[in-house]
Amino acid sequence: MGYSAKFKVWRGDDEGGALEDFDVDVNEGEVVLDIVHRLQATQAPDLAVRWNCKAGKCGSCSAEVNGKPRLMCMTRMSTFDPAETITITPMRTFPVIRDLVTDVSYNYTKARMVPAFAPPADLEPGDYRMAQVDVERSQEFRKCIECFLCNNTCHAVRDHEDNKDGFSGPRFLMRIAELDMHPLDTVDRRDVAVEDHGLGYCNITKCCTEVCPEHIHITDNALIPLKERVADKKYDPLFSVSSLFRKATGRDKAPETPKG
Amino acid sequence: MATTGVDAPGRAQIGASTLRTDRWWIQPAFTFGVLTAFVVYSAWRVFSGQYYYASPYVSVYFSPCLATDCAEGALPGGPISWWWLSPALLTAWIPLTFRFSCYYYRKAYYRSFWMSPPACAVSEPHGKYTGERRLPLIMNNLHRYTFYLALLLNIMLTIDAVLAFRTPNDYQWGYVGVGTLILTANAVCLWFYTLSCHSCRNAVGGRITHFSKHPVRYKMWTVVSKLNAHHMMWAWISLGTVVLADFYVYLLASGRITDFVFFTV
Amino acid sequence: MTELERHSYDVIVIGAGGAGLRAAIEARENGKRVAIICKSLFGKAHTVMAEGGIAAAMGNVNSNDNWQVHFRDTMRGGKFLNSWRMAELHAKEAPQRVWELETYGALFDRTKDGKISQRNFGGHEYPRLAHVGDRSGLELIRTLQQKIVSLQQEDFRASGDYESHIRVFSELTITRLLTNEGHMAGAFGYHRETGDLVLFQSPAVVLATGGIGKTFKVTSGSWEYTGDGHALAMRAGATTVNMEFIQFHPTGMVWPPSVKGILVTESVRGDGGILTNSEGKRFMFDYIPDVFKEKYATTPEEGDRWYTDPDNNRRPPELLPRDEVARAINSEVKAGRGTPHGGVFLDVSSRLPADVIRKKLPSMYHQFKELADVDITAEPMEVGPTCHYVMGGVEVEPDTEETRLPGLFAAGEVAGGLHGSNRLGGNSLSDLLVFGRRAGLGASEYVDRVGGAAPAVTDEMIAEAEAEALAPFGVEGGENPYTIHSELQETMNDLVGIIRTESEMQEALAKIEGYKERIRSVGVQGGRAFNPGWHLALDLKNMLLVAEAVAKAALERQESRGGHTRDDYPAMSPEWRQVNLICRSTGDAVELTRQPLSPMRGDLLDLFEVSELSKYLTESELPKGEH
Repeated sequence: MGYSAKFKVWRGDDEGGALEDFDVDVNEGEVVLDIVHRLQATQAPDLAVRWNCKAGKCGSCSAEVNGKPRLMCMTRMSTFDPAETITITPMRTFPVIRDLVTDVSYNYTKARMVPAFAPPADLEPGDYRMAQVDVERSQEFRKCIECFLCNNTCHAVRDHEDNKDGFSGPRFLMRIAELDMHPLDTVDRRDVAVEDHGLGYCNITKCCTEVCPEHIHITDNALIPLKERVADKKYDPLFSVSSLFRKATGRDKAPETPKG
Repeated sequence: MATTGVDAPGRAQIGASTLRTDRWWIQPAFTFGVLTAFVVYSAWRVFSGQYYYASPYVSVYFSPCLATDCAEGALPGGPISWWWLSPALLTAWIPLTFRFSCYYYRKAYYRSFWMSPPACAVSEPHGKYTGERRLPLIMNNLHRYTFYLALLLNIMLTIDAVLAFRTPNDYQWGYVGVGTLILTANAVCLWFYTLSCHSCRNAVGGRITHFSKHPVRYKMWTVVSKLNAHHMMWAWISLGTVVLADFYVYLLASGRITDFVFFTV
Repeated sequence: MTELERHSYDVIVIGAGGAGLRAAIEARENGKRVAIICKSLFGKAHTVMAEGGIAAAMGNVNSNDNWQVHFRDTMRGGKFLNSWRMAELHAKEAPQRVWELETYGALFDRTKDGKISQRNFGGHEYPRLAHVGDRSGLELIRTLQQKIVSLQQEDFRASGDYESHIRVFSELTITRLLTNEGHMAGAFGYHRETGDLVLFQSPAVVLATGGIGKTFKVTSGSWEYTGDGHALAMRAGATTVNMEFIQFHPTGMVWPPSVKGILVTESVRGDGGILTNSEGKRFMFDYIPDVFKEKYATTPEEGDRWYTDPDNNRRPPELLPRDEVARAINSEVKAGRGTPHGGVFLDVSSRLPADVIRKKLPSMYHQFKELADVDITAEPMEVGPTCHYVMGGVEVEPDTEETRLPGLFAAGEVAGGLHGSNRLGGNSLSDLLVFGRRAGLGASEYVDRVGGAAPAVTDEMIAEAEAEALAPFGVEGGENPYTIHSELQETMNDLVGIIRTESEMQEALAKIEGYKERIRSVGVQGGRAFNPGWHLALDLKNMLLVAEAVAKAALERQESRGGHTRDDYPAMSPEWRQVNLICRSTGDAVELTRQPLSPMRGDLLDLFEVSELSKYLTESELPKGEH
């Protein structure tokens, strides 16, 4: 069943580097990460790679395989032709540390800018009541394993380093959407989404959704609904007028349903 | 060393705009081709101002026909009397802006026309990118208004489809020609496309945080969400039916063919 | 030589899984400055792998549930070798810890009336596991991670510095704990990214480093599971307890080879999945041990009725505690009734509609589809036992989680005691929360007690730690650490695995002596920046120490109980139940001593029928009186 495959692996650091050629044995049922491990054990013991669970649950082994952002542990070798040369590079949006390992601190910095979950102040632990239909939308986003492939793929930062200041990428806009749809959250994050996290940079070209290993519908279920909710508040004159009217006539159920 | 783009300082210096080995350019190239053809065709038809009514059918581009000098039978044929250009120009901007600001078409043209990006993990050729934060693209946030107008337009097109069940000469009910089927199919597809719209999804229920307190709107949201998953498909299908519906009327009105009649009273 | 990077904190938490993060939250809420040290990135810890849920007797689904029932289940599961005090605290405090997660933003699956839904799991009498589909561990770690971030935001508002009270050091490995006159003084380690060395000074350290899975070949554990905490604690002068008890999860993937060992959640069985052998027989009915006879269904019909009517039927034997199921599968495969890839069939496809499977077990569906190209809604899975969890661990005081070394605390998998000889599914996540919090509190109180300042760390201590960490670079053409590692894994798997005998374990100990010799000449290639060869060379020392402790304790305990099965001593012995096996490091070797268990408090003993107790306890331990 086994065969010898041709690999090109990018090796280097922030000073420079190049694709190096390797011939490696491949066995039935293996994934790209297995091959990288075999390289480490047999040919390149200091080949740097980040990984943990090897089951697509932790989101550590993000890289680009034949130019496509992927989890190496979820890329089966059987999807390639045995004659094909397989190229592995680090994620190209984040600074490289060494070989396949990149500095993903951008993501953690952005995570810290998202205003935290804020439940009603008088609600005691154990008294939280939420209907399943109300938590399902946010639950989808909480499937995120923070592999950061979406942020890596988004052209707004991938091709434009200077946008990193103003744009948090799909991962954290989705986090804002998650909190905005949380049934017991009391904070309106719509201004923050636009002003601090750059929702307007998103041109919904859906690459985040395409690369998501968890198959979360980031664009359709998080980003676009968030854009629509922002439009409700910031861009829709009629809606603003009608909510003023509801406030004035006391028909606004704001205290009971903090966000509609 | 590149100063920006995907080989910006600090990143792995790989030196290729993409390492993808698949034929990623097919999709944007196809989209570019089809959308360009559609725009060219539509512009020709809209500006031409003729061959849009062949009883009992009216072309989608010319309905509602708001100029007083509209062709006999194209409703409502008024009230604008001072218009001297093609009457289609009075209404064709509605579907145009609806489709232009549609969340699916935005993806399609940003990728295939702007190449921003041409495909995932393929570098875009631009040095600067500001997204939808400025004029004119920030106007895309008003998609919902184009949706409301599109709803009105769909009502009109539905009326047109219903009226296409009348005989061509004396407007008796009980007539089915090829055109009747085409107009009906077009109206149905346009409804699917319009109702599967992301703005519609937000309006019917998406903006609510507590579905459990609004069971009816939740139900509506669930239905629209199901349609929404196929929004891209309806966008393409309805694009095709619009062209087909117009072109069929054009062929009839210009006398190139005659309607094939399945049934008549 | 560059200046050594130095940090000073009130509390250092080593490990950023559920226990570590919960400990850090508690220490910070007690006003302490905390360093969280993780070997990988923040939020990637092994806790994400937990699937089933968090066991807590909230009684949301079955109102008969309460802490006493949970306590009983835990003791039964652990075959009464548990630290009864830990089991009591655990059962009492788990609901509060789960509700707390909701205040941090967790979104569990809900019951119809909006409460947290709870699911059935092996060994739990009532539906008890708070869960989110089958990604409960991810929810837990993300929630705690986001709580840490929210505390940092609070600190930022107060001080202008996000890291004024909590700083996360990711991709940093601790190689040594530093003590001064028998008290915790700090920790020494290196940044994985750069290879730069770091010194932390702190009066209190919480170990939350997880397990030892990587000493075994077939394991559900990731590379991080190298027994660091166990080894660090033993080397610093603390002790471990009952390291022989290792849980082999009955259902790991057996194919493809590259993912062998990766877990298939017990929820598959909790939600209706059944185990069959190559003859199509539902074999678990043949493996119900006497102690569980009254609690489990004896026919498939009764077992199936239980899913819908648990009050009037007994549960199916697929839901026996993990050790029983693992041994049963092992026996079936050995008897030649295994699947083509050496496991048994776990089938949910014939039991539930496809859309229900996808809804209830989304990540299992995903895992099999993507890794094995198997559609679990259409065909059965192939599964077999995999090394999953170590019940033994660092010996701690039950209320404060302090080890025998003042200032050193331990919580989570690295700590021993709660689970006795076998852990119930779902009790791990609750363990992390209950004892993570207690460890954070214990450490904070300790810091207050000693007045805040850390004992001195001398230049000599630093030089020694440095030399130890950098030693593999000084070896020219040394042995490849990967080779020794894979030999050690083979040895442990084959000789100290799921079924053990004296001669094999002696062979294993002899081999371990050989590895200890060879590891001195391990060399690494390349520089210090993100060099996995070097990392493994250092981790390997920890794994060897842990392996020796496991093998020695396993050799000593001459009975079969929970996660320790002796071919030569197949019975459970009430006398051995009174014995804890304690390991300490003498520098070169592991020294083992016996230590009596403390007798269970009377009111807790009263929660059981005497007839049940008599299966586990000696005559003299049984309660006297009217029972």
